[in-house]
Amino acid sequence: MSIAIMRNSSLFFLYITSGAVLLGLLLVHASFSESARQENLEEKAKLVKMLKLTDLCLFTEARYTRHLSQADLNTAFQDHPLSLEHFPSGSFTQPPERTSERP
Amino acid sequence: MRHWIEKQRYIIDFTISSLLRRKVKNFGLLALYTLIVFILASTMFFTYSIKKEASLILKGAPEIVVQKIVAGRHDLFPVSYIDTIKKIRGVAAVESRLWGYYYDSLVSANYTLLTPPSNGGAADTAQSSAKITVVESESGGQPVKPLFELGGAVLEPGTLIIGNGIARLRNIGKGDYMPFRAFDGNVMNFRISGTLSSQSELVSSDLMLITGEDFRKLFGIGNSHVTDVTVAVNNPSEVEMVASKIRKRLPEARPIIRDEILRTYDSIFNWRGGMMIVIFSAAVLAFVIFAWDKASGLSAGERREIGILKAVGWETSDVIQMKFWEGAMISLTAFFTGVILAYVHVFFTGSLVFEPALKGWSNLYPNFELTPFVNLEQLTTLFFLTVVPYTVATIVPIWRAATIDPDSAMRFTGE
Repeated sequence: MSIAIMRNSSLFFLYITSGAVLLGLLLVHASFSESARQENLEEKAKLVKMLKLTDLCLFTEARYTRHLSQADLNTAFQDHPLSLEHFPSGSFTQPPERTSERP
Repeated sequence: MRHWIEKQRYIIDFTISSLLRRKVKNFGLLALYTLIVFILASTMFFTYSIKKEASLILKGAPEIVVQKIVAGRHDLFPVSYIDTIKKIRGVAAVESRLWGYYYDSLVSANYTLLTPPSNGGAADTAQSSAKITVVESESGGQPVKPLFELGGAVLEPGTLIIGNGIARLRNIGKGDYMPFRAFDGNVMNFRISGTLSSQSELVSSDLMLITGEDFRKLFGIGNSHVTDVTVAVNNPSEVEMVASKIRKRLPEARPIIRDEILRTYDSIFNWRGGMMIVIFSAAVLAFVIFAWDKASGLSAGERREIGILKAVGWETSDVIQMKFWEGAMISLTAFFTGVILAYVHVFFTGSLVFEPALKGWSNLYPNFELTPFVNLEQLTTLFFLTVVPYTVATIVPIWRAATIDPDSAMRFTGE
């Protein structure tokens, strides 16, 4: 049966089925990639252990976003008391844990 | 059963024809809906994968890092404090770290300069796939010149091992020289003896490994101070206790335990944080508008259509089934398209859409491929967040419209 004479409902089910199959294949891809990249993850973990690193290198624009877990307790006022957070990456992150506690 | 299936197929055929009669409106709706699913799914895939990767990579982070805080800010840590920490029961080892930042005005980028630990895990790294080995040169029992070797690159005074991001940004590599302006204004030239692997960019893109001696010369830090110290604890269940003892004995110290580091990355890109709440609010708002548009009633044309259908013999249940399929078709199509596009976006194109926002103002950004940590739970959550509310919102107003008299529905004029 050619697509031109297929019923609308058949086309719809064909689309949904291919979508579901493709999504399933992506899940399989995710699972395979996870095992394939295990070695790469271990390499990074070893580098972290060897160099005693504490943070991911996600944002290099400010010291408190480069080392999120090491940031001091008043990063929002890093330059002067009224200098509020102005780096874009600061809007994706949260203050490090326990910032509300005394140092 | 066959009769029921055939009936549903006829209803679907009719529904698609009906949707195609209002092409612009319905394709617009589908495109917007797909976009919302795409943004939500991309955000979910990206944040989950980065959190999961962070938890796996950072499990080897130091058990406790101790900083010195002065006036609320991170300050240099006196070496004399190390003995105080060593005396705490349960502490297995205390090691100092030397690290800091250097702003390169030539490319407007910040580098992280770090001195490799003098006893940095030789046994572990011997098995590493990156063939990283650490050699410690000793003289008189005291380590004086830690050598760090990576794929043949030896770190010695006057040399650097740089992260791949720096090599890419400055277009430099092994054998090239990099000038640095020291604290006293003098220029120090360092030869690059190697680069860290591109595979490890997520943790090392902006790293520069430098010897302790050079680090102190560059920043003018005396031997009596270090940046901070790491503490290893004998019993992992005593980490909290040791941290609180450190706080008690050194009131100006701030211990950061590994769990806090992991929790910091677990809450990164949290939905409550800045941009995330903006993205989610926009998505939720758009969804509310969809739902409101559907729930607040039908257009005159749709009412007339229902009236005619009922007049030609359709039952209320048939009309409701038709509208159910209409909602299901739009939402399922948007769901599958949006989720598949989101997967391709995050794991094949390196989050192209998010990249400008994630890069921010930094010139030095790591090139990394996220490991796709995607599971059925995430997909189910997305499904219930997007498909179900829309389908339900479509049916509710239809119940009202489908029960009205066909005559009055058809008399309703104007669209």
